[in-house]
Amino acid sequence: MIDGATLTPQPLLHATALSCERGGQRLFSPLSLSVLPGDYIELIGENGSGKSTLLRTLAGLHSQFTGEYRSQDALYQGHRLGLDGLLTPLENLAWFAGLEDCPSDRETTLDALDRAGVLVKAYSLCSAMSAGQQRRVAMARWLLSSRKLWLLDEPLTALDASAQGLLGEIIAEHCASGGAAICATHNPIDISNKSELILQADKSGARS
Amino acid sequence: MIRAALVREWQVLLRGRGTVINPIAFLLLTTTLFVIAAPDAMTTAADQSSAVAPGVLWSLVLLTQLLALDSMYRRDFDSGVLEQTLVGAQVPFVAVLIRIFMQWLSTGFIMVGLVPLLGLMLGLSSQALPATALALLLGTPALSLLGSIGASVTVGFNRGGVILALLVLPLFLPTLVFGADMVISAQAGRSVMPQVYALSLISLVALALAPFATLAGLKISLEMQ
Amino acid sequence: MLGASLKRLWHKLGSPRWFFSLTTPWVTFFGWSAALLLLWGAIWGLAYAPADYQQGNSFRIMYVHVPAAMLAQSLYIGMGVAGFIGLVWRMKLTDVAISACLPLGMVVTALALFSGSVWGRPTWGSWWEWDGRTVSTLVLFFLYVGVFALREAIAEAELRARASALIAMVGTVNIPIIKYSVEWWNTLHQPASFSLTQKPTMPSEMWLPLLVMVLGFYCFAGFIVLLRMRSEILQRESNARWARDWIVRRGFS
Repeated sequence: MIDGATLTPQPLLHATALSCERGGQRLFSPLSLSVLPGDYIELIGENGSGKSTLLRTLAGLHSQFTGEYRSQDALYQGHRLGLDGLLTPLENLAWFAGLEDCPSDRETTLDALDRAGVLVKAYSLCSAMSAGQQRRVAMARWLLSSRKLWLLDEPLTALDASAQGLLGEIIAEHCASGGAAICATHNPIDISNKSELILQADKSGARS
Repeated sequence: MIRAALVREWQVLLRGRGTVINPIAFLLLTTTLFVIAAPDAMTTAADQSSAVAPGVLWSLVLLTQLLALDSMYRRDFDSGVLEQTLVGAQVPFVAVLIRIFMQWLSTGFIMVGLVPLLGLMLGLSSQALPATALALLLGTPALSLLGSIGASVTVGFNRGGVILALLVLPLFLPTLVFGADMVISAQAGRSVMPQVYALSLISLVALALAPFATLAGLKISLEMQ
Repeated sequence: MLGASLKRLWHKLGSPRWFFSLTTPWVTFFGWSAALLLLWGAIWGLAYAPADYQQGNSFRIMYVHVPAAMLAQSLYIGMGVAGFIGLVWRMKLTDVAISACLPLGMVVTALALFSGSVWGRPTWGSWWEWDGRTVSTLVLFFLYVGVFALREAIAEAELRARASALIAMVGTVNIPIIKYSVEWWNTLHQPASFSLTQKPTMPSEMWLPLLVMVLGFYCFAGFIVLLRMRSEILQRESNARWARDWIVRRGFS
């Protein structure tokens, strides 16, 4: 990806004076950030401070913002997991792979499900799985994705202790291998090398 | 990507059989009700043609389509598949087109196959049946395409059904006019070529308009939460 | 160079404040023009135009019906064009325009339907006849209702703006198709009843007042739309200094 001439890595995401809006109302004070490969950023803020909206904006799902940002294609994980209840995890993951046009075969997919701890459920319908198990399938999907930038919204929801540990591992691995992640969460995830981004509610009441 | 999307749609179609069966059952049921409510208007004699049958048939097709449209994007919206499609897909446009095509395949296309049965129930003359099937084949894509626009804008609403009807039914009017007229002409033994051209043209215009408009509508709906 | 200045002009056009100051003289102009034209056209049409040789005096409803029907359609197309501009160039002003055109358009469409019905009573002998134009206008009314219902259902202003812009655009594209299909339907299924407005045979003493009335209706629409847009802008910009200044200077505070 990076040619030999440039030693400074390209930022995966670069935002200047970015602030999201809803109904003409700014959600947080404008922020500027640059996300480099290897960065893990924890997005912190009260309820309603715009964490989810910021992530949706970066994913291209929210168009009301001021300032600007440039980013690579990202992997976005919202509150809705994107798993079709009528499909098995294997079929869902095959669809995700097809969506990103990255190659997938059954072996690697099964390995990813194994890593996420839901191999036994590989052939049962997602609708029959618990919320935590579905989250694990979603984690298997991250493992298979080729996207460098991960945007994760409350990924700890419904996860048990072992899955929470696994989540930290997976994110740390991803960052170590040249990826980056921004993660909105209320409970800190156990990752050694993290930076925090605190969203402050915009008090000015400025309207665009 | 196209392959993966088609495979997924097909699997979902096979497993969620209700999406196919329910509208068809609705169509047959309402047809039955209509015939029972107005027995004099229908004629079942093989050599006669019913004057109201073409209009009744097309009106019920419109209503059935409307009913099916309400759930067109709802499942994908609720599960998050829709937002993943817009974030992840290289060309979301194609994914939308595939969804519309599958929606048509599971409603309009099946209605084409039901024409002999519906014709029998409503007392369409047998010489009009091929033209009726052709009219549905050419006209129902426009219903799915235009309906998709309305469905995309209303999918974020809790109760979007009535608004969907208000948005979409006026747009269905041209299809209804030419579709019903094609059946009437066929019953009378006239040429149906003008209607064939008109229905094809309407469907083509809808094809040019709908995917972009649907995509815009879905983006709006996804921003609503 | 040219591109940049064009872009600046375009940006300016979208600015509510600029629009507001630009339209100040136009409100007065449209208001007075509408009053004069409508008065002139009404007196000319109702008192001086000759009676129709077939319909007698009842044809004079035309002087309300025809302009209303034309305006009804123009306002919807105006909404569609505004919607297109708003969606492509992300201009907030266009939603103000849509919100101003929508209620007026609905009222004018209802007026066209009502006057058509009143006209139909002496001409066709029934209050409601499924005439081609009537059906087109009725469908147009439903198109308006659709946009209205959609706007009612979406609470968030920005999304309401985009959704109604999209639907108005789609409706506008479909208007010619709907009109054509209704005409087709009308020629096939109606016995050739005589058309209400026979333009080619109408003498100039009859259609000149009509022209004045049409102009009057359009000026009236311009007046109302601008008035509504301006009050909407003041409301949306109520935090901005210029808007407060304007209100205070006018003594409305």
